[in-house]
Amino acid sequence: MTERRKLAIVGSGPAGLTAAIYSARAQLDPVVIEGEPSSTSDQPGGQLMLTTEVENYPGFTDAIMGPDLMGAMRAQAARFGADLRVAKVTRVDLSASPFSLWLGDHDEPDLVSDAVILASGARAVPLSVPGEDRLLGYGLSTCATCDGFFFRGQEIAVVGGGDSALEEALFLTRFATKVTVVHRRDELRASRIMQTRAFDHDKIEFRWNTVVTEILGEDRLTGLAVRDTVTGEDSTMALGGVFVAVGHEPNTSLVKGQLDLDEGGYVRTTTGTATSVDGVFAAGDVQDHIYRQAVTSAGSGCMAAIDAERWLEHRGH
Amino acid sequence: MAAIQTLTDDTFSETVGAAETPILVDFWAEWCGPCKQIAPILEELAVEQDGRLSIGKLNVDENLKVAQEFSVMSIPTLILFKGGEAVARLVGAKPKGALLQELSAYL
Repeated sequence: MTERRKLAIVGSGPAGLTAAIYSARAQLDPVVIEGEPSSTSDQPGGQLMLTTEVENYPGFTDAIMGPDLMGAMRAQAARFGADLRVAKVTRVDLSASPFSLWLGDHDEPDLVSDAVILASGARAVPLSVPGEDRLLGYGLSTCATCDGFFFRGQEIAVVGGGDSALEEALFLTRFATKVTVVHRRDELRASRIMQTRAFDHDKIEFRWNTVVTEILGEDRLTGLAVRDTVTGEDSTMALGGVFVAVGHEPNTSLVKGQLDLDEGGYVRTTTGTATSVDGVFAAGDVQDHIYRQAVTSAGSGCMAAIDAERWLEHRGH
Repeated sequence: MAAIQTLTDDTFSETVGAAETPILVDFWAEWCGPCKQIAPILEELAVEQDGRLSIGKLNVDENLKVAQEFSVMSIPTLILFKGGEAVARLVGAKPKGALLQELSAYL
């Protein structure tokens, strides 16, 4: 049976849930397709589910844990009647109004909706080097908060140079004897405050101008094969664990070919949160490669809810 | 009964060895977000698969011995034991359908 809705929200990070709070309060009876459990950021609650203390979300003097913040946002959306569903959108058809959404691989869409807010976020990019698939979960991890504990007393590496990489490196100093940040350039793109903390930490070292060429180990990670991009020299690093935080890419495969995307694959928005398809709005990291903060995502989720509400009103829905 | 059993370093061998059906052990911890997401799925499975599969939980924070014995380095890790032997290992949170599909060969 295909269900008819006024507004469907795809995603349940800060953007999706803020859109849900606003649109539920505006009596739009939104359905939120939250995503499904996984150990990547592609899960209900989004990227913040894999973080620890969030220190820069306004209103929390003493920081709040990422999963707690998302739990609170979800409860707030539920309180106003948002229909939250743990499911994954497998296909959308934005070519005809109302728009169709599938939650499985059957023929009939599960939902049709007058308006859609796409808040499917972004996900961590893999290194795409040999050994990665084999050793994921066996010393190679994408979630420092989940797995850092198992590397007590060992030397580990974090690959990447942004805020996420340094946040992981700092977190991992609680367990590891030494954390080496492996970065392909000779400077970091992380924020000043994170850089200062990392540079000041006596357990954190940096390996600049270095790319990973292979993840080593048979049934358990033993180290990294790396190449110095300046000298071209190959070497290996013996490690107990490796955490990857090399950047993000938007979750836009659902709408590829249906919405205008930029060169990076992010949804293009104009005049607020409108996309190239009338009635489809985008919020959060799926359309933002510049700010990518919990608070900017939440802000754009609010904008998308207001834009969708006005659009529906204007169309007499 | 279809309740999830809480296992510890002390009770693990005995419980897993004596299990009459295959037993799926969830290695988890309080601070692991993905572990919390699969917790309700495991509760459902315990009820739905009652008689075919039992489910145990082992907190790795409090029971590092067993976690180390099975080289658990990422949580959630689910290990399926049959007659006391580990026969399948699933690393990372997964939706219910995917979980059942991977387990079905052993049930």
